[in-house]
Amino acid sequence: MSILIYAESENGTLKKSAFEIASYAKGVADALNTNVIAVTFNTSENEALKNYGVSKTLQVNNSSLETFQAKAYANIIAEIAKQEGTSTLILSSSADSKYLAPLLGINLEAAVASNVVNLPISTSPFVVKRTAFTNKAFQETQLDTENKIICVSSNAYGLHENPTEMTTEEFTTDISVEGIEVVSVDKATDKVSIADADIVVSGGRGLKGPENWHLIEDLAEVLGAATACSKPVSDLGWRSHGEHVGQTGKPVASNLYIAIGISGAIQHLAGINSSKVKVVINTDPEAPFFKAADYGIVGDAFEVVPELITKLKAFKATN
Amino acid sequence: MKILVCISHVPDTTSKINFTDGDTQFDKNGVSFIINPNDEFGLTRAMWFKEKQAASVDIITVGEADVEPTMRKCLAIGADNAIRVNSKPTDSFFVAKQIAEVAKSGNYDLIIAGRESIDYNGGVVPGMLAGLLDINFINTCISLEVENSTATAIREIDGGKETLKTSLPLVIAGQKGLVEESDLRIPNMRGIMMARKKPLTVVEAVSAEAQTNAKSFSKPEAKGSVTLVDASNIDQLIDLLHKEAKVI
Repeated sequence: MSILIYAESENGTLKKSAFEIASYAKGVADALNTNVIAVTFNTSENEALKNYGVSKTLQVNNSSLETFQAKAYANIIAEIAKQEGTSTLILSSSADSKYLAPLLGINLEAAVASNVVNLPISTSPFVVKRTAFTNKAFQETQLDTENKIICVSSNAYGLHENPTEMTTEEFTTDISVEGIEVVSVDKATDKVSIADADIVVSGGRGLKGPENWHLIEDLAEVLGAATACSKPVSDLGWRSHGEHVGQTGKPVASNLYIAIGISGAIQHLAGINSSKVKVVINTDPEAPFFKAADYGIVGDAFEVVPELITKLKAFKATN
Repeated sequence: MKILVCISHVPDTTSKINFTDGDTQFDKNGVSFIINPNDEFGLTRAMWFKEKQAASVDIITVGEADVEPTMRKCLAIGADNAIRVNSKPTDSFFVAKQIAEVAKSGNYDLIIAGRESIDYNGGVVPGMLAGLLDINFINTCISLEVENSTATAIREIDGGKETLKTSLPLVIAGQKGLVEESDLRIPNMRGIMMARKKPLTVVEAVSAEAQTNAKSFSKPEAKGSVTLVDASNIDQLIDLLHKEAKVI
């Protein structure tokens, strides 16, 4: 009853989330006294998975799967789950994995638990802790089906090295891509996405207009961070919806979240609450964000941020 | 085109979240309920199809009688019919199964759900519904056009977007972008009056077993107070982030 993971990649290279869910799966496998099997699609290099406890990798190579195809991917992963006799499937919380989870749930007659933040509380019965009410609460959920699917919240479990002997095999099957055709993919290749970021720099209405966004972008660049914005900023059209974080936008679970000129409405705080360390820079000392933050500066973003950029550059040069 | 919009009845976005019965149930006391925001973007897009392409729009909610005010609001916004599956929505699979039963007999061309509800945040009902019906599914959908039986949609992906083409019947899980915030409609008096006369059909649930069981809830630990750094002492902030928080 091995544990199966779908190890995601981008342009042939495994993503950090692949190693994070491998780490998590190894934790579950140890509790159940079994091993971890990974499935990858069109990757050039899988060796690093063995450092995180994966003992077998099944590699699917097929040119018709170069772009993500939910149904075809789900069918292949389900076929592998059946072939290998795995009962637990671990996924990340990426857009693609969240797309796959319910399709696989039906295919494998498996219960799905999303936004899971830690290793199972118990494995018999199988109980996990997940976030609910948009990070305002945790829920302990029991999965009652024989097959189970767990989507692990990003950055929740972290990377845990666990070197293991690993074998790699190619997995071949009949692949049919039908139903949905990918016409085009529009992705900023030079920028870190919010989902993959360790650090997120986010701007609000306090920035006064889109013409001032270089402050956010420059700070993000120094830190290797993704950029984000508050809901009013995307509603005003200063930034695209894809950058809106909060209850109705994207969730953020980064290691460091820096909020600049964001007052901290309850809906915004709910969406970013899973971030480990929060920094706020705001002129208004009464802004609700100061109650949610770990570190705060009461000050004008137009003065504080340029100085922060200069000093961080100096810091990065020596560290 | 026949559209079914799946509506979840959720606590208002500003609600204080508390639990009762030994932390096993959500405390509804003093909480006002709204149309799940992601569902409302979908409903508003459905209204556009109704007005521009003569679509008919039904809404469905799995819930007990207390969800009806939220359903009436959808009718006041402009939906034609409402269907309530009379049962507690015990888990995602159970809800998907109930909607699938209604959808099968209703022969819908397009089923619009929200990406996730803001209460339990499962995000799996739309995909499970598509899986049960064995029809096409697009998650995190931020744009949808339909011409004859062809649909063109944009899906939000990590760090960008993807344009997809598919055919009806189709399930989408929508979110902001499907329509803009400013397109959302506040029901007017005429809509509210008309909604009282529109059909709200109650059907009994089909037997289905929940796959998950919410055992208990807890709230995050209270946070310690913020460490304030003087605006003239940026070096201190960098030092704290490096040495204390260890995030840079």
